[in-house]
Amino acid sequence: MNTAEPLVMGIESSCDETGVGIVRGTRLLTNTVSSSMAEHARFGGVIPEIASRAHLEAFVPAVREALDAAGVTLADLDAIAVTSGPGLAGALMVGVAAAKALALAVDKPLYAVNHLVAHVGVGLLDTDGTLPEHLGALLVSGGHTEVLAVGDITGDVRLLGATIDDAAGEAYDKVARLLGLAYPGGPAIDRAAKDGDPGAFRFPRGLTAGKYMGSAEHPGTHRYDMSFSGLKTAVARVVEAFEAAGTPVPVADVAASFQESVVDVVSRKTVLACTEHGITTLLMGGGVAANSRLRELVTARCAEHGIRVVVPPLSLCTDNGAMVAALGARLVSSGVAPTGLSFTANPGLPVSTVSVPAGV
Amino acid sequence: MLSLDSSSIASVALARDGEVLRESATADTRSHAEALAPAVRDVLSAEGLTGADLDAVLVGTGPGPFTGLRAGLATARALGFAWGLPVHGLCSLDAAAHRIAPRLAEAGHEEFAVVIDARRKELYWRPYRVLEDTAATAVALSEPRVGAPEDVPALPSCGPGTALYPQRLAHPVPGTGDLHPTAADLARAAWALTSRGTPLSTDTSPLYLRESDAKVPAFAKRTTA
Ligand SMILES: [Zn+2]
Repeated sequence: MNTAEPLVMGIESSCDETGVGIVRGTRLLTNTVSSSMAEHARFGGVIPEIASRAHLEAFVPAVREALDAAGVTLADLDAIAVTSGPGLAGALMVGVAAAKALALAVDKPLYAVNHLVAHVGVGLLDTDGTLPEHLGALLVSGGHTEVLAVGDITGDVRLLGATIDDAAGEAYDKVARLLGLAYPGGPAIDRAAKDGDPGAFRFPRGLTAGKYMGSAEHPGTHRYDMSFSGLKTAVARVVEAFEAAGTPVPVADVAASFQESVVDVVSRKTVLACTEHGITTLLMGGGVAANSRLRELVTARCAEHGIRVVVPPLSLCTDNGAMVAALGARLVSSGVAPTGLSFTANPGLPVSTVSVPAGV
Repeated sequence: MLSLDSSSIASVALARDGEVLRESATADTRSHAEALAPAVRDVLSAEGLTGADLDAVLVGTGPGPFTGLRAGLATARALGFAWGLPVHGLCSLDAAAHRIAPRLAEAGHEEFAVVIDARRKELYWRPYRVLEDTAATAVALSEPRVGAPEDVPALPSCGPGTALYPQRLAHPVPGTGDLHPTAADLARAAWALTSRGTPLSTDTSPLYLRESDAKVPAFAKRTTA
């Protein structure tokens, strides 16, 4: 096997995107994504059963397309990597079963990898294969919201903070629905907010009270954690008050004020986690990393503390197979043993498990 | 031919001309994604075969609980793609029907139904007619259905559903509670079909029989109406 520049296929099916990516070492050859997002639009959120059905139908065509685009065959691969969690159980199961079948059929090592760490794996692409020192990651999407400290991407990743209820993207979807805006809510609210006053409504900042924050020496229970369900309820109350009064809802102002609450908390907590854990480079990932106001505020607040912010292209921020392949390639070149065929999907896979060890 | 079924328990089998060479099955109905690929690897190596020795892949298309069913279909389709083999689909209930048909013929029944668990207090079923030719198999009388045990036609009923709802079925056939669809019976049923000149289908669409159950949230309806 070529371990210096391994040819690796990455398979991703943790939410509503069926992703197949192929990398050679740190070079991206192809990134094929088939999304069932349109099918979820009328529900205003991802419906797991619809996503799972779509994965099954999209899988083989996506693999075929990726191989063609990269100009390689399954036999050429050095390894296959697949997201085994965290994510939606039924959705993960499709990718895991199919990846195991491919690995078995062509007798290639299989790595079951962590979806969140794979988001960080994007940072490996088009580099010399080394990540910056003192690296942190802010992952914000419809399915998750986390702040990570990445000591070594193949084995030392720690969760510093995370949402304790809704993911930030999920809050955007729900509020977009309340405001009659399109799905997905992230871009729709970002657009609407441009004409609004972010100070028009003072929406709550979840988990920022002293008892949750504590101090650097004596951290509270949720110093770097976030919560968006109270915010969503507060927005609903404002909208209902306007409706009850028979006056039009000031959509732009509500959208801007809601967005300001989200990005204020996310950026403030992220910067705090970074400064208190010696993080000097922050990689952003997840679909909500595309949000203009979030990027703006995170970048500005990080700059005040000398923290460099890296935002990959959007196609690599949203869920995709290339990030899984990039992490897989790194695991191969670092000599990490493959997982084999005897694992199953783990919807709650902890971020400390970068790749599932064999025999588990 | 490599055969897989994940509509109830997860099972794989290797068969040549309807004769099962080797089979493997899980004891439970909840470890499909975990068990299938290692089982395929093990039956092949036990027979000293590789994918290159195979002519086709056969998969049970259900009906069955969705997540497990999809694990089998994803496995079969991916194997077929990687090995460059045709993938054939057959209703999983046909496997159980093929197995039980001789016994029902012997008891003098001309028609019967196979009933398996559909969760949510319902059953999947399909009615069959016994074919009294040399293969002693069964032909389906209509498409598979899902519904309450009381909705199953008043035919002798065989399969795991009889153990779940013995009081609510018109004619549960005793002693058939462990008649799960298996990959080995699926291969035999497929052979019986082709022996009668019926080609196997290459349609591997899952027989979900139910919508995805997604509902537009009331909350959204109100604000987007
Ligand atoms: Zn993600």
